[in-house]
Amino acid sequence: MMYDWLNNLIGSPILAMFIVSLLPLFIFILPFALLAVLAERKVSAHMQDRLGPMRVGYHGILQTVADIIKLLQKEDLVATATDKTLFNFAPLLVFIGSYAAFAVIPFSGFFIGSKIDLGIIFIVGVTGLVVAGILMAGWASNNKYSLLGAMRSAAQIISYEIPTLLIILTVIMLTGTLSLYDLSELQTAYFWNWLILGGPAIGIEKILLIPLMIMGCLIIYTSTLAEVNRTPFDIPEAESELVSGYHTEYSGMKFAMFFLAEYANMFAVSAIVSVIFFGGYQSPFGYLGNTLGLPWLIPIEQFFWFTAKGLFFVFVQMWLRWTLPRFRVDQLMAFCWKYLIPISFVILLLVGLITLI
Amino acid sequence: MIDYFVKFWQGLSTILIGMKVTFRHLFVPAVTIQYPSVKPQMPERERNRLYVNMDDCIGCDQCARACPVNCIEIETVKSLPEEDLGKTSNGKKKALWVTKFNIDFAKCCYCQLCVFPCPTECIYMTDVYEFSEFRRENLLYDFVTLLPEEREQKKKNLLEFQAKKEAEKAAAAKKAAEEKAAAAQKEKQEPKTPNPSEDKKEENNQ
Amino acid sequence: MALKTEEMVLNMGPQHPSTHGVLRLELQLEGEIIIDVIPHIGYLHRCFEKHAEAMTYPQVIPYTDRMDYLASMYNEFGYALAMERLMKIEIPERVEYIRVIMGELQRIASHLVALGTYGADIGAFTPFLFCFRDRERILHLFEITCGARLLYNYIWIGGVSHDLHPDFIRLTREFIKDFRPNLKELNDLLSYNRIFIERTANVGVLPLDTAINYGVTGPNLRASGMKWDLRKDDPYSVYHKFDYEIPVGSGEKGKTGDCWDRYFIRVREMEESIKIIEQAIETIPDGDVSSAIPKRIKPPEGQIYTRVENPRGELGYFIISDGSVNPARVKVRAPSFVTMQVLPELCKGFMVADVVAILGSIDIVLGEIDR
Repeated sequence: MMYDWLNNLIGSPILAMFIVSLLPLFIFILPFALLAVLAERKVSAHMQDRLGPMRVGYHGILQTVADIIKLLQKEDLVATATDKTLFNFAPLLVFIGSYAAFAVIPFSGFFIGSKIDLGIIFIVGVTGLVVAGILMAGWASNNKYSLLGAMRSAAQIISYEIPTLLIILTVIMLTGTLSLYDLSELQTAYFWNWLILGGPAIGIEKILLIPLMIMGCLIIYTSTLAEVNRTPFDIPEAESELVSGYHTEYSGMKFAMFFLAEYANMFAVSAIVSVIFFGGYQSPFGYLGNTLGLPWLIPIEQFFWFTAKGLFFVFVQMWLRWTLPRFRVDQLMAFCWKYLIPISFVILLLVGLITLI
Repeated sequence: MIDYFVKFWQGLSTILIGMKVTFRHLFVPAVTIQYPSVKPQMPERERNRLYVNMDDCIGCDQCARACPVNCIEIETVKSLPEEDLGKTSNGKKKALWVTKFNIDFAKCCYCQLCVFPCPTECIYMTDVYEFSEFRRENLLYDFVTLLPEEREQKKKNLLEFQAKKEAEKAAAAKKAAEEKAAAAQKEKQEPKTPNPSEDKKEENNQ
Repeated sequence: MALKTEEMVLNMGPQHPSTHGVLRLELQLEGEIIIDVIPHIGYLHRCFEKHAEAMTYPQVIPYTDRMDYLASMYNEFGYALAMERLMKIEIPERVEYIRVIMGELQRIASHLVALGTYGADIGAFTPFLFCFRDRERILHLFEITCGARLLYNYIWIGGVSHDLHPDFIRLTREFIKDFRPNLKELNDLLSYNRIFIERTANVGVLPLDTAINYGVTGPNLRASGMKWDLRKDDPYSVYHKFDYEIPVGSGEKGKTGDCWDRYFIRVREMEESIKIIEQAIETIPDGDVSSAIPKRIKPPEGQIYTRVENPRGELGYFIISDGSVNPARVKVRAPSFVTMQVLPELCKGFMVADVVAILGSIDIVLGEIDR
């Protein structure tokens, strides 16, 4: 719809397409990544009874800007014994894999990057590029520790994609649609229509579905946490064991790309969880635009709710990081294969049975 | 089988309890202060940089001997008998010129062992703790208040005084030797019994 | 056809975020499993024992501070106790009480560092800051008494350097009141956390006979099941006047003597220390703290070995005096040095990530090992 509106406004389809594809990047994701770095430091500081960055800007707001300037002016070290093509290409792959997922996430009822029918599967496919990027980074660094970190990370991401996919399958089975836009439209206003509380259909199934949906939400939240390498699953970047894992050898802008890609990825998975279970951009209480009779207010409100839900889940991810210790590698894999996957299968089965009722 | 579910439940509940603790701490005010603009209050007995009040120093060398890392260097020069160096604040009369009193703060371990033996309490610890320098030589503090020429002067004075005393002693000895020679010669001319009082005087002169 | 495998040697070098000081560990790995660990020490050797032969007896005290810099009061305590027994000096009772209070506060501070850094090695960053916030209160108490926060030069031969500050007892009471809920919070956040228990239970089990054979003492020995504490079994100073217990490891979450036991023993020891401090500040007598400090310390010829209970184990001082003002020999039996020898035994068969957990749980300080 944004594309149609812009097309009507400007007249040239190519220019409209260009603007539509760049808008989320510059207006939303990059500022978000900058703010998320600062927010992480401030949230962690306040949880630990201290203050965090306070000097740059008012209460440290411009800290990330200072960090980016610092990273930009750093010397771009490339060791001689590395595989230079792979070394230079790896951060790009990781960056692209994280940012491309935003193409199909509906930011509001009015704006979605690309309204394809395969929404969720596109995201799962594109985030697989991240694995390739991490392996390339670990291998090309020519460093025992980076290689170890990269292998562990690859194993982790691939294993944890399975519970994610299983829960997504459950939701698809329930609602019959793959597209994230349709999923959001399905969970119309008022919070009791959200999928976590059983979905819009009223009936006995709704009550039966609630515990299963809550379980499913927890599982998908945990497994997407593992996909973005956040604590408690941050073995690849574990500082105390392997110095810095697969991005030890990177400096300057390439390091910044890994860094920003991680935060964008965090938001992407929070957005996915909120779209699937919590209604995406739908408001829990009905729209002000409807009550006031101003139809143009509705997309703005939807954007606000979308951002609020995404930010809440990002906050929960940060909260978990500063509370929990780290898993050991074999315990991580055991957790996935022995706990998450069997429970996801059971949920899949039970939801399938319920839909037959 | 039961163990499986128990572990799962325990995992979930302990994570939630931990999250509650961290969440509560979000609202606790910070315990840190913003250092350069807000400085913490130091207690009275703190141990920071030393200061020596040279007016009270009597040059007794106790602090240099007590220091475990030998960071205090003291050199003193005896004063001439007619010079009056004044009194310290607790009434002791000073008798030594202190020409060198260096404390090397790069070596000082801030243990306070030099403060206790000082009889006049002229060396003590202040509350200055921000005294970093760019060059290591600047950390060698010199506390003596005499100018370098004055210090040289005092040393020269002492040497002159000692030389003068030596000369006096040599002259007195020479005079005594001459008198003895004159008395011996007188004896040769008039042999008489030696006078006990004269003998005593000679012994006294030696 | 069998695959040819070879052992990989990994170096956890002197500069590493989680070896507690400058320690070099050479790990011989087969895949991820450890076959052997060879520790290389000596990076922090400062010739303390030789140096002490050139100093006079009171001048050695700042040097003893710097051995185990996280438990300085106890190092001074051991040395002063050894010298007083050698010179047969009677010290006033107030001095004994002050030394016990300072020693127990120091024990709490040292355990807080051990627990905080252990959590940080495992990956939980928040308990580290909570522990240091509490330790800051204790360091403030030390600062108002003697002026320094880490290396005190407070406990002298024959007494202490300053009497207690007038505010000390009030501030200590406030600290104790705030500390008990903080301990409970630490338990909620870290000790009973399922992930932490998975990481540390059944890892690095130290059987009791191995511990006794190697000469391990302190919390590590108590975690393996033996109730041995020098404060009760070889009492010194006024410890016999207080009522406290000795916690012993019992394999609550795994085997007896694993990392979780060693960690939790320290938490319980902190509680017991709080009890001792409470009793001491209620019953401290008045007196003059500097009346027994001799003007010139010139002990008679002889030698003596004294041992005290450091937060890390049994700290022993062996002093030989030849009648002059300088000691002829000061030998220190550092508990961390002895505990370090157990490390290869503990690590065999575990993974690389466990080395970090095991090293953190035995709580060594390189200053003590290398002196």
